[in-house]
Amino acid sequence: MTSSVVFGVRNVSKSFPGVKALKDVSIEIHPREVVGLIGENGAGKSTLLKILSGVQRPDTGDVILRDQPVTFNGVGDAVREGVAMVYQEQSLLPNITVGENVLLGNEGGTVRGGVYRWSELRKRAQGYLDQVGTGLDAAATTESLPFAQRQMVEVAKALATGERTHHEPVILLDEPTSVLEHAEIEKLYEIVRELRERASIVFVSHRMNEVLAVCDRVYIMRDGEVVAVRDPKTVAEHELYELMVGEERHEGFYHEEGQAEPDPRVRLEISQLSGEHFHDISLTVARGEVVALMGVQESGREYLGRALFGAVPVRSGTVTLDGERLNFRTPTQAVRDGIGYIPSERKVDGAVLGMSVNDNLTLAHPDQVSKGPFIDPALERKTVRQWLDRLRVKTPSATTLMRTLSGGNQQKVVLAKWLLDPDLRLLILDTPTRGLDIGAKADVYQLIRELAGKGLSVLLIADTLDEGIAMSHRVITMKDGRITGEFPSTPSNRPDKADVLARMV
Amino acid sequence: MSAAPSVTTRTQGVQSSRLRGVLRSERVPVPALAVLALICLVMLAVNPSFLSLGNLSTLAIQAAVPAVLAVGLTFVVLMGGIDLSLEGVMGAAGMTTAVLLLNDRTGNNLGLWAVLAAMLVGAGLGALSGLSVAFLRVPSFIVTIGTWQIGLGIAQLLFAGKPPRIQDATFLSFAIDRVAGLPVLVWTAIVVVLIGMWIQRYSRFGRYAMVVGGGEDIARLSGIPVRRIRVYGFVLSGLCAGLAGAMATARTGVGDVGIGTGQLFITIAGVVIGGTVLTGGRGGVLHSVVGVIVMAALANGMVLAGVSSFIQQAVLGAIVVVAAVVTMWRLRARLRVVK
Repeated sequence: MTSSVVFGVRNVSKSFPGVKALKDVSIEIHPREVVGLIGENGAGKSTLLKILSGVQRPDTGDVILRDQPVTFNGVGDAVREGVAMVYQEQSLLPNITVGENVLLGNEGGTVRGGVYRWSELRKRAQGYLDQVGTGLDAAATTESLPFAQRQMVEVAKALATGERTHHEPVILLDEPTSVLEHAEIEKLYEIVRELRERASIVFVSHRMNEVLAVCDRVYIMRDGEVVAVRDPKTVAEHELYELMVGEERHEGFYHEEGQAEPDPRVRLEISQLSGEHFHDISLTVARGEVVALMGVQESGREYLGRALFGAVPVRSGTVTLDGERLNFRTPTQAVRDGIGYIPSERKVDGAVLGMSVNDNLTLAHPDQVSKGPFIDPALERKTVRQWLDRLRVKTPSATTLMRTLSGGNQQKVVLAKWLLDPDLRLLILDTPTRGLDIGAKADVYQLIRELAGKGLSVLLIADTLDEGIAMSHRVITMKDGRITGEFPSTPSNRPDKADVLARMV
Repeated sequence: MSAAPSVTTRTQGVQSSRLRGVLRSERVPVPALAVLALICLVMLAVNPSFLSLGNLSTLAIQAAVPAVLAVGLTFVVLMGGIDLSLEGVMGAAGMTTAVLLLNDRTGNNLGLWAVLAAMLVGAGLGALSGLSVAFLRVPSFIVTIGTWQIGLGIAQLLFAGKPPRIQDATFLSFAIDRVAGLPVLVWTAIVVVLIGMWIQRYSRFGRYAMVVGGGEDIARLSGIPVRRIRVYGFVLSGLCAGLAGAMATARTGVGDVGIGTGQLFITIAGVVIGGTVLTGGRGGVLHSVVGVIVMAALANGMVLAGVSSFIQQAVLGAIVVVAAVVTMWRLRARLRVVK
């Protein structure tokens, strides 16, 4: 409270081989202020957060803590100063209890002389958990929680970390809402507003309305620089978009002009399909049609997607593809039948982060780059190059490790993996744009349009209502594992959001 | 997207997940216990004397040494490492015990301090493995093959061509004298297992071993001294192997370089069968010890069932493979869809 700048960076630059990630960036966070940080893929947000949280050190410039330059040699230093980070990719351990995760590395008095006092630990952790949400149990095993609840545990962990010093904590939220559902997002806003009474917050988000809703000031980053600072109360939303992309791009975000009439021939026909978490599902998808599956977390739509790909078992019912009855046992078979699947957890299920872009791209269809039983390196190079160019993947080279790419570029590679198959007939997309910034999202949308235009059938498990409605020819709603409604959707006549929502909840 | 589940479903969710947690019972090795029960049932039909008190105590004696080994090894495996040096450490520790106790070759007579010395030798070798793994970043697989041979080398040096015959009556009595029906060695193993379970559940080291095994990067980001925890794990494994070497020596009464021969197989097989996963983060001391008992029961049961001694080893190996597949079946399904 006594210092004018609680936290921030001054004239910070950072380079990685081949990329200048940050150029002379300065930001300041004042006491009890919520500072928004927005920018496209590769704008430098992640790098800046890494520097703020002590993961990386700037090449030049200073990190400023309470008006003094400091050096963080690792996360431990930052944490000891009360700087806590809520990671976008979850940083909880699945195999220990929620309570241990909340207080991990910060057990304090709950571990005395190296000995755990479990009841103390649970009680203290529960205190933080109760601050962020209902029904979170400190004694539960973390992996038993749904994804969204784990995110709330992350926030509780940051609360606990932030209270390590007698100074007011600084909490860094890296896209905290990307995996949350509506009500949980509301809860998070509430927490952020409450936190503002005793902490400073940096809020990184892709969702513009969020930034406008909770932040006091917004830094807009582009190409490694801070291009503007704005007050959300006075700025217009489209101005922020323009600042972010450097040009007007929000119009045509969903590329609705690209929506083509589907071929009337039915490609996928599901009849009375039942499995774990979904029951008696019957639906069809025509050639070139995009069908959006909408539903809340427990609606079973993800399970349906997985079942169609042969990744979870089916109990009864039939599935035909172009009139041919499918008997899925394994994903391998689904791949052979011309089905592609993009899972929602990109970093867990979708991409092999430790492998190169090249290897990820050719993973599912090595036959496309092989001559006989052997991979043809020249053909592989050429094919991969073509796809990287076509999807505008930003990567230093094809041999770069997947891990080092930004989320949007990773997702494009994952998409390309399936597009490699010339016989691809059905693409199942489970929240393909989750965690991507708007630029990357627009690219993915455009790609979906193009593919559908060429006759590919797409089953889209959409991330948001807007996305599902704008992207599809038909919207199908699910609730508690059953289909509850169907809405035709054309660019001139989109279904009403409230109507769709009403069938989902 | 849209509305969250109501509060009631949430709480039910927590309760049922807790119930599921108990049923899936990561804390208790249900599959391994089931296998053990199955062995008992089969033996009841084949040769009921398997369950006689006499045989059960034989079984306990056979399981005592690998159980102690398994306690230490569990912590290394929980962190995703492996300690292959157990037999070498046992050799060095066993010889240390033999030459420091009253014997027919050296003039020493340290009494039970010799056992402590053996454990320190084990801890030293464990520290060597641990430091190499943690600070030189060499995979534990290859490092511990090295310390295995170093241990055997130390044992050879102490052996010096003539086996020391132990004459310390107290020490020798540990393998023979029974307290409440079981030899002191077995009680020692039980105490070690209980201490191991306590360490795993209540000590910072034990919990952090679980954390490191669950995700080393996350552990590091949380400011946990990962390298130190790793070193402790190997030291503990070495300490246990040292004690196991002394215990095995008490049974033979002679210093023997090869005292640990055959123990690595039964211990690692036991750890795996028990459900302590080699990639780390799952399982525990109790799991491993139950696994070791399964192994001992199999070996013992085959003798009683009259399986030809020529094929017993191969049968044991085959059973290990089958049992590993069965106990890991659940994990196989989990690997299939990760969420």
